Amino acid sequence: MVNQRWGYWLFFAALFLAPFYLTEFRLSLLGKFLCLAIVAVGISLIWGYTGILSLGHGVYFGLGAYCMAMYLKLEASRGHLPDFMEWSGVRELPWFWKPFSYPMVAIAAAIALPTLLAALLSYFTFKNRIKGVYFSLLSQAVVVVLVTLFIGKQEWTGGTNGLTNFSTVFGFSLSSPLTQIVLYWLTTICLALIFVAARRLTSGRLGKVLIAIRDAENRVRFLGFNPTVYKVFVYSLSAAFAGVAGALFVLQVGLISPEMMGIIPSIEMVLWVAVGGRHSLMGAIVGAIVMNTAKSFLSENYPDLWLLLLGALFVVVVLFVPKGLAGIYESLVAVRIKAKRGHEREARVDVS
Amino acid sequence: MKPVLMCRDVIVDFDGFRALQGVDLTVYPHEVRFLIGPNGAGKTTLLDVICGRTRATDGRVMFFSHDITKQPEYEIVQMGIARKFQSPSIFPFLTVWENMELAIRQDRRLRSVLRAKRTEKEEEIMAAQLERMGLLDERHRLAGTLSHGQKQWLEIGMQLIQRPQLLLLDEPIAGMSAAERERTGEWLHEIAEHCAVIIVEHDMDFVRRYSKQVTVMHEGKVLCEGSIDEVQQNEQVIDVYLGRRKNACYVSGM
Repeated sequence: MVNQRWGYWLFFAALFLAPFYLTEFRLSLLGKFLCLAIVAVGISLIWGYTGILSLGHGVYFGLGAYCMAMYLKLEASRGHLPDFMEWSGVRELPWFWKPFSYPMVAIAAAIALPTLLAALLSYFTFKNRIKGVYFSLLSQAVVVVLVTLFIGKQEWTGGTNGLTNFSTVFGFSLSSPLTQIVLYWLTTICLALIFVAARRLTSGRLGKVLIAIRDAENRVRFLGFNPTVYKVFVYSLSAAFAGVAGALFVLQVGLISPEMMGIIPSIEMVLWVAVGGRHSLMGAIVGAIVMNTAKSFLSENYPDLWLLLLGALFVVVVLFVPKGLAGIYESLVAVRIKAKRGHEREARVDVS
Repeated sequence: MKPVLMCRDVIVDFDGFRALQGVDLTVYPHEVRFLIGPNGAGKTTLLDVICGRTRATDGRVMFFSHDITKQPEYEIVQMGIARKFQSPSIFPFLTVWENMELAIRQDRRLRSVLRAKRTEKEEEIMAAQLERMGLLDERHRLAGTLSHGQKQWLEIGMQLIQRPQLLLLDEPIAGMSAAERERTGEWLHEIAEHCAVIIVEHDMDFVRRYSKQVTVMHEGKVLCEGSIDEVQQNEQVIDVYLGRRKNACYVSGM
């Protein structure tokens, strides 16, 4: 256990020091992946721990990103109407855009909106005991609805192009390397905080209730817990994480479009967690980083092959390593401990 | 003495199939009530109605002076009705100890569970209960790796540690060895010192050995009530069981 804790410290320290040993290009990629790792932590909470498979986390990520992007867009427009609105013939800033000129409102909304949407969706589905595949499909339907809406309402959302062409955040230039490094650090800190919070939740009694809901929801109910409350809480929490991730993502990538919150990214999010090991929070983080590194490497070099490989990898993981990378690591540790005990026993025999 | 449970004219209608057609049942404190009857008589359905898993189409279920007919399941449990299911229903990927931790009497609202820590007192109670179930040495094992009989006991232990006032047991000895059955039978009356028990059982030897009060159900109705001897003398009961036996589709040993 002590070793494990050192491992975590080392991992986050290595991430934190990345600006000193990575090129600007690689650092910006890593920063992006860490945002996605934040989403993965949330998915591990709901899927790995609570057994709820959401195929709609792109939406929560996207909402967080759009909230932040609205602020950035307004700041870049310097009091004028954002460019895409002018092109669509809008004369005046829509009322719901106005509060987003305040960064604090934008940040609060980036967390609150996804949380609220998730709470609403999950309350009505879980209260009516809609579970399993039906919930997954429903969460996916929400993606389709929202993406269609965002594309259709071009004059409000920038349509297929999304929101882009930002210049500054809090007055600091987004293109300056220093701003990018600060944003990278902010992302690392957020990831670390969210990881620690999620670990504390899962190692306490709540974590046991979640696993219990995953394995025998009825038994939980007939022990006197109301599973609906717990499921809504975890689902909304994971949506909040996704919202934070989206806001950090748009700051670093400088673009959010409906395509990035659609069905394919939503499913990819689940795949990272599956590959990393859904029962393990750290596994989910590593899974998100490894998978996205692989993606950016492969799609740089063999763009046609990437989707095929992704599919093949998923099949392999499901069939042969259902516990993912974390599972492989855990069985290696178990083997080592066994071997160590074996040695000790031999040693004792030798002495006697 | 005030009854723990009163079911009055309970009707359950599953899309036209009447699983219960007006059941009356009254259970007093410290009573161990056996429910027997052929398959499909509605015994499990009656337990389901009491604990809220199935909703009564008509009729009332009273727990002490509370009408619980329309109460959500988790509230019924919190009021003091515990249910053991037919096939062992435990949390396989939690340890025996953690299973007990979730079961122990506690504030089960999210905000208190978020802060909950195992107290020494809780640990004492948990250890004592596990000791009684003979599972103390297994407490660090994953519950899923226990034997079938041990799982049954764990689930019973998880119900008892809630300190319920009414315990519903659905075929608790199914799949147990002869020695395990005997121990369970002896427990039943120990348990009854603290709470009332309603137990569904098919095993007639077990019923004969450990029952005082028996309720016979048939086709969604209560046929008769009394001691096992009285029940066995009852004409209607003999008809029901002998009729079945003639058709050679149910051998009950009665």
